[in-house]
Amino acid sequence: MDSSKNSLMNAGLAIGGVLLFFVAMSSLFGMQTTVAQIVNGLDKGAAYALIALGLTLIFGTLGVVNFAHGALFMLGAFVTVMLNDMMTWGFVPEGAETQSVGGFSFGGPKETPYIEHWFGETTGQLIAGWSVPLSLIIAVPIMILIGVAMERGLIKYFYKRPHADQILVTFGLAIILQEIVKYNFGAMSIQAPEPDSLRGAMDLGVLLGFDEGAIRYPYWRLIYFGFAALVVTAVFAFLQFTTFGMVIRAGMADRETVGLLGINVDRRFTLMFGLAAAIAGVAGVMYNPIVPPNYHMGMDFLVISFVVVVVGGMGSLPGAVLAGLLLGVLESFASMQVVLETLPGTNQIVIYLAAIIILLTRPRGLMGRKGVMED
Amino acid sequence: MFGLNGKDTLLLVAVALLVAFAPILMNPFPQGSALEIFNGGYPALMQRFVIFGIFAVGFNILFGLTGYLSFGHAAFLGAGSYAAMWMMKLLTINVIPALIFSVIIAGIISLAIGYVSLRRSGIYFSILTLAFAQMAFQLAQSVLQPITGGETGLQTNLNDPRILPQFLGGGSNVDGNIPKPSLFGLEMSSTYDLVMGPWTFVFNWGYYISGLMLLIALYISIRIFRSPFGMMLRSIKSNQQRLNYTGLNSRPYMLTAFVISGMYAGLAGGLLVAMDPQVGTERMQWTASGEVVLMTILGGVGTLIGPILGASVIKYIEDIFSKFNDTVLNIWFDFLPDGIVQDGFVWAISLFTGKQWHLASGVIFMLVIIFLPGGLVSLTKSIGDRVRRKPARDANDASTTPAE
Repeated sequence: MDSSKNSLMNAGLAIGGVLLFFVAMSSLFGMQTTVAQIVNGLDKGAAYALIALGLTLIFGTLGVVNFAHGALFMLGAFVTVMLNDMMTWGFVPEGAETQSVGGFSFGGPKETPYIEHWFGETTGQLIAGWSVPLSLIIAVPIMILIGVAMERGLIKYFYKRPHADQILVTFGLAIILQEIVKYNFGAMSIQAPEPDSLRGAMDLGVLLGFDEGAIRYPYWRLIYFGFAALVVTAVFAFLQFTTFGMVIRAGMADRETVGLLGINVDRRFTLMFGLAAAIAGVAGVMYNPIVPPNYHMGMDFLVISFVVVVVGGMGSLPGAVLAGLLLGVLESFASMQVVLETLPGTNQIVIYLAAIIILLTRPRGLMGRKGVMED
Repeated sequence: MFGLNGKDTLLLVAVALLVAFAPILMNPFPQGSALEIFNGGYPALMQRFVIFGIFAVGFNILFGLTGYLSFGHAAFLGAGSYAAMWMMKLLTINVIPALIFSVIIAGIISLAIGYVSLRRSGIYFSILTLAFAQMAFQLAQSVLQPITGGETGLQTNLNDPRILPQFLGGGSNVDGNIPKPSLFGLEMSSTYDLVMGPWTFVFNWGYYISGLMLLIALYISIRIFRSPFGMMLRSIKSNQQRLNYTGLNSRPYMLTAFVISGMYAGLAGGLLVAMDPQVGTERMQWTASGEVVLMTILGGVGTLIGPILGASVIKYIEDIFSKFNDTVLNIWFDFLPDGIVQDGFVWAISLFTGKQWHLASGVIFMLVIIFLPGGLVSLTKSIGDRVRRKPARDANDASTTPAE
């Protein structure tokens, strides 16, 4: 009873803080700019939130600090790169002529991608154009498989070891994963573009009653935010309304008792690891058109995601989502021209600064539970 | 000797001998032989052995004794480097002021960061130090560009003032050249080549100066390990709560340990600049913090010699593995049947070498964490026990598990 009251109070505090922040920013920069910056920060914040959600799921269920989670995000992005690349695989049809422009021939005969050969030219090109959303379908099983393999093959042996060992072994695994990706795809960033029909930007300002052209927002980033919201809702609904989710929540609260009731907690927790890996993977897949992935993007996101998890409160799923969005928005505010002119460099450090302040004033983070990671 | 017991004196003397004869020991293969590539006895690499040894020894005072895992020590390394660089630009090319200043600056910064970070423990402490280090790195790249030179970094220039008189290493140039870091005229880069038949042993001044620093650093570390202060730090690791209940305030002790390890990092950073007068922001990136954790764990956390061992092994792998390429590998595996067998071998090994050496370090690191939680030192211990026909001691013996 006490804990639920406590978490309600925490949620109230958090919402109050967000409102206060909004009012303060509006009075400082004006309503229109404030809304524009908030919207701007939401897609990056959504990526942070998705990674942090997975991290918290793993931490809450298995009690493992997974430093390889950023690498899973990166692997997801490269599933798309791989699929996008496979779409262009082709063969030279018989009787094809050497390509030539103005009498100069180059590159040999034109290749026909298999995908166009199988489905016809129009459908084939359509499929190739939609490679990013399509790769969600293959990314989910692949990432679940990778996650389960990771848990069964490695993490399982580290439950009883100190947290430092868990951090270090997953850190080593992250290095290995990113080096393998680097070996296969090179060190350069590779972009997989969004579908043609979803390119361009939407005039969000008009919808909200501001001036025309005040808030222009690319469709894809809107989709990303919507997608992230969908994933988060689905995960919460899964945990809240299914029997499986109920067992997971019970296991998170008291693993031993659930085990004594004759329920195989380990197997369910392994699946949760797979689910967390899949969340990170799809977050990476969909992030592809926003920032082209390279082999070390996982590490870059990981550091911030850990900050997000800690700010949100270790082991609190709503905290992770909230902190992710908050820090994304905060970063977007700090990148404003006005802010940069008065306090140069703010955009680089604001997340860390916020983390330091929150950790020192609210040691358990925004919505952390008592007794988690306090040993 | 020097207030050490017999065993520690033996250890210090052994390390001193190893450091002194490393240029010979690390060069066992004659020139022109196929194994020459494994020779590590060149100054640039040996300097890094001892410098990163100092870094890891200092890190071990914090992590090994108190169990607080800092992910931000690269900030102190970088701060030390920049401090030393500015001394060399403004005051004198002599390394002594540079080293002193780098230690002081790193000490001050670690005092500030430690004071705040040590309010939390466990993973929160790790994240706080990581956040501070990332802040320092980002600031060095953007706002502090006038001090750090941003992404291009800093190096000594012809038109630096260097205001001290000539005999103290001042003066902006020597015969129109950029002066090289020196100790009262003795250049760090000056070497003496000893040619013995097919072997060439290179003795480098900078290496021996760094080596001397390592011995001093190790000596201080041994004294700390054996002192009441060291006992206090160990008790923090085994049960901080109980320590607090006995009425002792453990925070000043931890802060002291944090600052000492920060000063070690600063000294290492200063020495890096003294050996090679240039510095860039990548030295402050969080991967560099990860590297020193790796070194300490690989060698053996909480042991005296472990961190030095770990630093040497990692730097050796980094340098030697990155030198291999397909041509070298093809020559080595020439004895294998041509075609798919040889190509397969070369391909499999090339995965871990050349530009891919990070993969090798990742694999080795994981294997050590999984199978040798006590680090390489525990390997030698268990072998020693087996030779002496004692039952092998468990790596996680009573000293690491808290008393209930």
